[in-house]
Amino acid sequence: MSILVKPDSKILVQGITGSFGARHTQLSLEYGTQVVAGVTPGKGGQVFEHNGKRIPIFDTVADAVKQTGATVSAIFVPPPFAADAILESVDAGMDLAVAITEGIPVNDMVRVRRAMQGCATRLIGPNCPGIVTPGEGKDSHGGCRIGIAPGYIHKKGHIGVVSRSGTLTYEAVWQLTSRGIGQSTCVGIGGDPVNGTSHLDVIKLFNADPETHGIIMIGEIGGSAEEEAAEWIQQHCKKPVAGFIAGATAPPGRRMGHAGAIVSGGKGTAEAKIAAFRAAGIGVAATPSEMADTLLKML
Amino acid sequence: MNIHEYQAKQLLKQHGVAVPTGEPCKTVAEATTAAQKIFGGGGTLAVIKAQIHAGGRGKGTFKDGFKGGVKLAKSADEVTALAKTMLGNVLVTKQTGPEGRQVNTLLVAGAETIKKEFYLAVLLDRANSRPLIMASTEGGVDIEEVAEKTPEKIIKEHIDPAVGIQPYNARNVAAALGLKGELFGQACKLITAVYRTWWECDASMVEINPLCIVEGADGKESLMAVDAKIGLDDNALYRHADILAMRDLNEESPLEIEASKFNLNYIKLDGSIACLVNGAGLAMATMDIVQYYGGSPANFLDVGGGASKEQVTAAFKIILSDPHVKAIFVNIFGGIMDCNVIATGIVAAVKETGLKLPLIVRLEGNNVAAGRTTLAQSGVAIINGDSMADAAQKAVKAASH
Repeated sequence: MSILVKPDSKILVQGITGSFGARHTQLSLEYGTQVVAGVTPGKGGQVFEHNGKRIPIFDTVADAVKQTGATVSAIFVPPPFAADAILESVDAGMDLAVAITEGIPVNDMVRVRRAMQGCATRLIGPNCPGIVTPGEGKDSHGGCRIGIAPGYIHKKGHIGVVSRSGTLTYEAVWQLTSRGIGQSTCVGIGGDPVNGTSHLDVIKLFNADPETHGIIMIGEIGGSAEEEAAEWIQQHCKKPVAGFIAGATAPPGRRMGHAGAIVSGGKGTAEAKIAAFRAAGIGVAATPSEMADTLLKML
Repeated sequence: MNIHEYQAKQLLKQHGVAVPTGEPCKTVAEATTAAQKIFGGGGTLAVIKAQIHAGGRGKGTFKDGFKGGVKLAKSADEVTALAKTMLGNVLVTKQTGPEGRQVNTLLVAGAETIKKEFYLAVLLDRANSRPLIMASTEGGVDIEEVAEKTPEKIIKEHIDPAVGIQPYNARNVAAALGLKGELFGQACKLITAVYRTWWECDASMVEINPLCIVEGADGKESLMAVDAKIGLDDNALYRHADILAMRDLNEESPLEIEASKFNLNYIKLDGSIACLVNGAGLAMATMDIVQYYGGSPANFLDVGGGASKEQVTAAFKIILSDPHVKAIFVNIFGGIMDCNVIATGIVAAVKETGLKLPLIVRLEGNNVAAGRTTLAQSGVAIINGDSMADAAQKAVKAASH
């Protein structure tokens, strides 16, 4: 098992004809992911071709869902149109929408979050690397890769990874794979201040997944999502959790690359998050080099 | 993006918030003219405020020893004299760092008779992804201190983004501030206008500190935003050309401006180990690991996921123009990117910039063997790091020589 997506999940790609969306759709197809449809308004009826695979393109998400039975949307739509694309996937009743787009205005996401209240669709991201559930094949081929993560670094197994940062997710995954330890599912929740799914949401899913035996949680400065997750973990989580918080050396008041990575008004510091991790019994990696080892010592 | 106080007040005024009458002045002559208007119109006191993107201006000191970035003047001549001293002078406050900021603009305004000071701000509450109005009867002071010592004095009102601010939201805040009668009605209008400024401008923060009850010449009391600060959401600037035009490059570090031209995310710090990294999270973590092993990072630098040779070369040039840098730590996890392409870019950049400083490279990921071979055979002196920890320790050692 895994969380959120399985190797046979049917994926559609919103923004499949853009250069970024097209490139990563190709990589997902090569990884063996079931990409069944693309959506680009105005290009309905065309076909996205790669290595002999022919993916139909539709004008609307609703059409694509009706024709192909896709349940998950990967969103590669440029920032000014991304909020609309997310809401379109919600309206079409997707189980999961994964917004890769970086640079969506915060107020757009505030509106999207409000509009999604009570809806069945789960949103991952935006500004995230996506989700990978590794497959059984060579270099984890045959898995479900949604987004922009390198597929080959993964290995099928029992560790769940959740992170606000793309490259730190890859670091953690690679550390695990290099030590022969596989992953159940790896989830990048994104670096924006308003996102669809929190650390805690993903931790709850991992906790309930019988195939996940341990969890790596990677956080960074800004907000209080890590603290909330830590509090829940202390009370409810049955599985060992190791973590790392990036940004201990970041100057206050500056946004460190990610829109959400900012210490403001003395809130959201790495110290506070690390203290919350420690208090909750989460193994804290002293450096990003030790994320996998910190967890492995706890298993 | 941040804007100046006078620009923040312009935006607030456009949305119907009362602000003191005043003008931004870039020359002594403009300051004199603005002062003559104030005193000619019956005013008896003017306030001259240095416009820089940093707090603590009133308690700041100019580099020539002149004290105070916010001054009062009783005549136009006094304003002229103050403008001569302040314009072009460098103001150091607790927020500017020791290098301070050059004052290129002064806000010359009529000084109000202040009866009471409040605090009012609109921001995003990240915990529930909703807009939040924050207010307090304790205005004109450090609000973080108020929140820390007397949290009960902080008023919080969340706004439902589906419908925007409702009259009752504004009434709740006005009542909690203890306002009555005519001032209560005024406050409701003002709070609504401040919220709309925040929402319509895509601000990350609108802060009015102090919001004041002022007494007019006729003895009537009214509410006025006496100081104001607005931060904008960079991601939304594409739909606000008027606000983007308010950007003041003098307030930004020249190196950070240069970096932004190459889509590099660079933030200068004061350490000696320059970091060049792909990905924001890894870039932060690289600074952290440098410090963990006893070094100090010279910068945050994220070259992004698809770093080109041009970008890497530009990044090296930017790093090298910081005279405090003693070693360079390149930390790359090539996920999709071919490590050999990155290695080729590094070698080209080193050759083009004639790098003399120790260069420590940790390369991992896609096609890493070929990348390492390229580095080893390049003839460029590169210290190879086997892991991030190993590379960080080597960088710290190299910088300490």
